[in-house]
Amino acid sequence: MDPLPELLAIDGVMLVVVAWFAVGLAGIAALHNFRLVGRVLFPLSAALSIALAGFALLALPGAPQSTVLAIGLPNLPFHLRLDALSAFFLAILGLASAGISVFAGGYFRQGEGTPPGLLCLHYHLFLASMAMVLLADDAYAFMVTWEVMALSSYFLVTTNHRIAEIRRAGFLYLLVAHVGAIAILLCFGVLQANTGDYTFANMRAQELSPFWASCAFLLALFGFGAKAGILPLHVWLPEAHPAAPSPVSALMSGVMLKTAIYGMLRVNFDLLGSPLWWWGVVALALGLATALFGVVFAAAQVDMKRLLAYSSIENIGLIVVGLGLAMIFAAYRMQSLAALALVASLYHCLNHAIFKSLLFLGTGSVLHATKERSLGKLGGLMRFMPWVAWTTLAGVIASAGLPPSNGFVSEWLLLQGFLFTGELPNPYLRMLVPVFAAGVVLVAALAGYVMVKFFGVIFLGRPREEKLAQAHDAGGLERLGLLWLTAGCVLLGLFPVAVLETIDPITVALVGRGLAASGSAGDWLLLAPVSAERASYSPILFLLVTAAVVVLAFVLVRRFYHGRVRRAAPWDCGFPLQTARMQDTAEGFGQPIRQIFEPFYRMHRELPTPFDEAPRYKVTVEDPLWAWVYLRIAAATEAASRWVGMLQRGRISIYLLYSFLTLVALLFLTQA
Amino acid sequence: MTSLTSQVINLFASVLLLIAFAMLSQRRIVTLINLFALQGLALVGSTVTVAWATGQHHLYWSAGITFVLKVVALPLILHRLIRRLNVKWDIETLINIPTMMLVGIVLVVFAFNLALPISEFSNSIARGTLGIALACVLMAFLMMITRSKAVPQVIGFLAMENGLFFAATSATYGMPMVVELGIALDVLVGMIILGVFMFQIREQFDSLDIHHLEKLKED
Repeated sequence: MDPLPELLAIDGVMLVVVAWFAVGLAGIAALHNFRLVGRVLFPLSAALSIALAGFALLALPGAPQSTVLAIGLPNLPFHLRLDALSAFFLAILGLASAGISVFAGGYFRQGEGTPPGLLCLHYHLFLASMAMVLLADDAYAFMVTWEVMALSSYFLVTTNHRIAEIRRAGFLYLLVAHVGAIAILLCFGVLQANTGDYTFANMRAQELSPFWASCAFLLALFGFGAKAGILPLHVWLPEAHPAAPSPVSALMSGVMLKTAIYGMLRVNFDLLGSPLWWWGVVALALGLATALFGVVFAAAQVDMKRLLAYSSIENIGLIVVGLGLAMIFAAYRMQSLAALALVASLYHCLNHAIFKSLLFLGTGSVLHATKERSLGKLGGLMRFMPWVAWTTLAGVIASAGLPPSNGFVSEWLLLQGFLFTGELPNPYLRMLVPVFAAGVVLVAALAGYVMVKFFGVIFLGRPREEKLAQAHDAGGLERLGLLWLTAGCVLLGLFPVAVLETIDPITVALVGRGLAASGSAGDWLLLAPVSAERASYSPILFLLVTAAVVVLAFVLVRRFYHGRVRRAAPWDCGFPLQTARMQDTAEGFGQPIRQIFEPFYRMHRELPTPFDEAPRYKVTVEDPLWAWVYLRIAAATEAASRWVGMLQRGRISIYLLYSFLTLVALLFLTQA
Repeated sequence: MTSLTSQVINLFASVLLLIAFAMLSQRRIVTLINLFALQGLALVGSTVTVAWATGQHHLYWSAGITFVLKVVALPLILHRLIRRLNVKWDIETLINIPTMMLVGIVLVVFAFNLALPISEFSNSIARGTLGIALACVLMAFLMMITRSKAVPQVIGFLAMENGLFFAATSATYGMPMVVELGIALDVLVGMIILGVFMFQIREQFDSLDIHHLEKLKED
């Protein structure tokens, strides 16, 4: 008997991709069958996601595996390669999509535009193309799968395509995605350095001059930045996320944005070789601007999905800050510090994928239960939707970066990275980078503020509308999805050392040094990125102490205080009547931030006069970059096309004259 | 003999050019169609001469096709067309005729200069005629530009094809048979489609004056 050929992890990943494809096609066969698509196909796809994560984690510590698929154009096969970096992002894809797919099984309902079977196909094409983007090892395969990803997600965004606003949002997304794709294509063109060989292996071997390397870096930053939502290419995010169904928003925000980060890492650290120091500064500054912009705008939003979209912009900003820091360190050959910053970035990618998916799914459940996206009409839902509320709380804590959640760990690691900038040889950087660190801290604090607003206004207080009392909790499959992601948040927060050890092969591959050899080696309880003397963090200890303090306080209060409770009508502060409308609103809660950061916004206020019979207060907050950048581009384009439009005279003789003159001119040229 | 043949070919070429000038200056549509048929005849004559002189038998075939198509069929169709459209009378040109003749002369000079280096490399017996062929093409184009009615424009288009065909026979003893057949079919189909178009234009605007098409422009 022949021994079975050894199943490599890359084959496993490809099997999952093919299976996803098959699930999508099965959806076409059951075009209008909600029961089959929701109860069978989506949970099946979640199981495949877990398998994908398993294969990826299996492959992470091992040597890179590669294979060649003879599909596509003749003589231009797909080169695929599974190395540590791909494996890590595949694991993110698998872990996040497992929860999202289960949730999606219970989420999609009748009458939401696209029939469920078609939706199932788009969804699984999206998943499969993301996996293939992460596996691609030549520019051709990368671009093809990248475009499939953009297109399938476009169709997912426009699921409710009967609404004009949603079609507009989808178009904006598609436009930005394509502008970005052009930049990426050009970047690969620069990277192959006139050899005509577009495999990544060849690009890795090329030594570019600093000028061309910088070109490639800037093109990659622009191209992948368009997908990730870096300033000023973030405009599609707050439009597309509210338009898309919640599981799709979760997938796009949680995973798709990470493929852009993957692209940046792949180009900057793998294909380009050693970075220049100013690249890091550019990335750092852009990342910080993006993060600050995102969080400040998130604070001003009154639509819960727009709020989360801006919060995604903020998190991407933080991830890019980490990348920039890693580039600066790598440029000065400070490998272990580069590894630290890189780890913080990667860890935040993972965390953000989990907690932002969780939050988007939570808003999906709220949306289904109440048909409301506006924060001003929600409130007090914790009583009616306890499952959603408690799981969302876990995501909120993580997103706010509070210990012992996972969000805290990555932000802490990032700030640890900043603390070592004093060792940089460049004096300007030594002075400048701490300012960036202060900015990061500001962003982290404001993120907490935003999350308090998000959770407080939706779930706490009293219902602002009567119909909210009829809100129903999430169904079984939805609960399962929410619980999976909640468990992810908690476990990633409690066992950071295990995560760091998993990430280690990536940093070894990219910057030549890992963190495993540093302070926390061998101690799975204590996280100490550099050395235990310098800084350390033990989440389990923290959790135990917190829990002990809470229990102690509870017991003490119950024991010593409750006996003396005297029940009486409280003083009503002169307000005998208290209605739900007297609670702090989303606008009211965000008002201080709007006041402080006023120059950031383009605000239109409509204030009523004191004598108004039916007073209305309205404030709209707009993105200033829209007017500064995009409307200018649009005006310039229109002016240019008006000039071109002068060519159109409507007379055949003139048109014939054009071709005649062209012909004569060309003949003249060929003669000369 | 060779010199006599090339003299004959040159004669036909100059007839071709003369007719091209005549077409450029002709106002009446009926005469224009007759001139077009004459040009076709001159083309057939030159093709047959080249075929006889060089022994290229497939050129007889293309001469035959040209005769059937351009001397008989297309003029007949055009005559029928103008009778049915009732547009026999004079047509005004956009630029006055003396100016157009001057421009035509400039074009001929240009075409000859252009063809000079190519003719020197060519070793066919009719090499001097490439410039004339090119001039015919350009002048037909000029006619299309300066006429404001649809029918003369169609004739200009067909005359342009005549010039191309002449260029092909004179420079390289004709194109491959398949290409020639394809072009012949193209011209025929193009003619039919343009005829249909002319009826449509008249339906729409009660006139064949293409000024009316300016309304189609988007503002």
